[in-house]
Amino acid sequence: MNSNTHQPVSEPETHNSDIVIIGAGPVGLFSVFQCGMLGMSCQLVDALPTLGGQCAALYPEKPIYDIPAAPELDAAELIDRLEQQITPFAPVFHLNQQVTELERVDEHWELHTSTGKRLRAKAVIIAAGAGAFGPNRPPLQDIERYEGRHVHYLVSKREQFRDQRIVIAGGGDSAVDWALALVDVAAKIYVIHRRERFRAAPGSVDKMHALADAGKIELVIPYQLAGLEGDKNSTEDSTLRAVIVKHLDGAERRLEADHLLAFFGLASKLGPINNWNLGIHNGGITVEPTTCATELPGVYAVGDIAMYPHKLKLILTGFAEAAQAAHAAFAVVNPDKALHFQHSTTSGIPGLEK
Amino acid sequence: MAMIHFIKTDGEKISIDATPGSTVMEVAREHDLPMLAACGGSLACASCHVIVDEEWFEKLGELSEEEEDLLDTAHGLTHTSRLCCQIKVSDDIDGLVVNLTPME
Repeated sequence: MNSNTHQPVSEPETHNSDIVIIGAGPVGLFSVFQCGMLGMSCQLVDALPTLGGQCAALYPEKPIYDIPAAPELDAAELIDRLEQQITPFAPVFHLNQQVTELERVDEHWELHTSTGKRLRAKAVIIAAGAGAFGPNRPPLQDIERYEGRHVHYLVSKREQFRDQRIVIAGGGDSAVDWALALVDVAAKIYVIHRRERFRAAPGSVDKMHALADAGKIELVIPYQLAGLEGDKNSTEDSTLRAVIVKHLDGAERRLEADHLLAFFGLASKLGPINNWNLGIHNGGITVEPTTCATELPGVYAVGDIAMYPHKLKLILTGFAEAAQAAHAAFAVVNPDKALHFQHSTTSGIPGLEK
Repeated sequence: MAMIHFIKTDGEKISIDATPGSTVMEVAREHDLPMLAACGGSLACASCHVIVDEEWFEKLGELSEEEEDLLDTAHGLTHTSRLCCQIKVSDDIDGLVVNLTPME
């Protein structure tokens, strides 16, 4: 793996490897192992700040029972063990960023990430699951015009909300905790939720109700977000004036506000992958099941995103697909080399002393 | 067998004769209907959110607290919103009508 760091200022930071893997969930991680055993270097990209994909984002504490030779394993533990298993191959991780472009440049694939990096490889393995995780954005018209300045999915500075009118939407810990944290800072706090019950720490929920009874927080229940109202500043951004919310029976209310804090957890989205001419259908990429090859030469898809007749969406299946893809990619990465097949019992782990 | 009627977001109705034992989410996926069902039925997301026809909602029984919690993260909710990975196909739901929700 060589990494060019001495680029002219205008050139993006460029990283080269044999393979780029998109997605650092269990199947993406195991792809590093399979590629590594065949002597191919890997870099991985993931939208999340941590490894693990769905295992980390959706169910870290849920036990998994169908991993061969591991009768019961928490999802987080599975990821820890995979990370340990691939460490000898020294993969390079590009976390907290999304691949935005995939294009063919001469004899290799060039990928661009949302943080401005350029990654080059001879083959690409897409292990993107159901897509990149990001904030679960409410589907409100023009919401992107307000994001950053008026619509927030996470909060870092309380002071930014001093004397502001805030609508907090959601029913979990983030919504409740921020309502409590901002009550003495903000001019007005509305909490919008679709039902009476909050799935948050009971002590915090009690505090919020007490503040509501004291008139310091206004609970708007059972309502959900319906729209945003504001003034257009330019072609790209708007100033928020009000958040429109809707009762589950249909009646609307207009809440004058400067900010919307939307806390609906994480959601996955294919995003840019849709634009790569991969023949996406219902969130899946059609592959040739014995090689996991997609319609693009040297681009493979494995794990939940790979689709073929009778596909089983299991981590177990994804592991096998990773092996299929790595073996198929070998010929693309090493066109003049024969693949000498060896079991790991014979070859050992390259670079790992026995 | 139980006939399940899926109404797509564009209004198209797709009726499927489903075998008891699977879930409505599985039936939708098997027939390639537009539904993400990202977590594969493990009650870890809300991407199989459907809106059940009112006359059917009560017949499907109570929602578990886990399903309610996940519905909190769905959008475009109604009083008859469900995660269809939690609806089991049986003879009792022959004729069920569910409306699909937008995928992204």
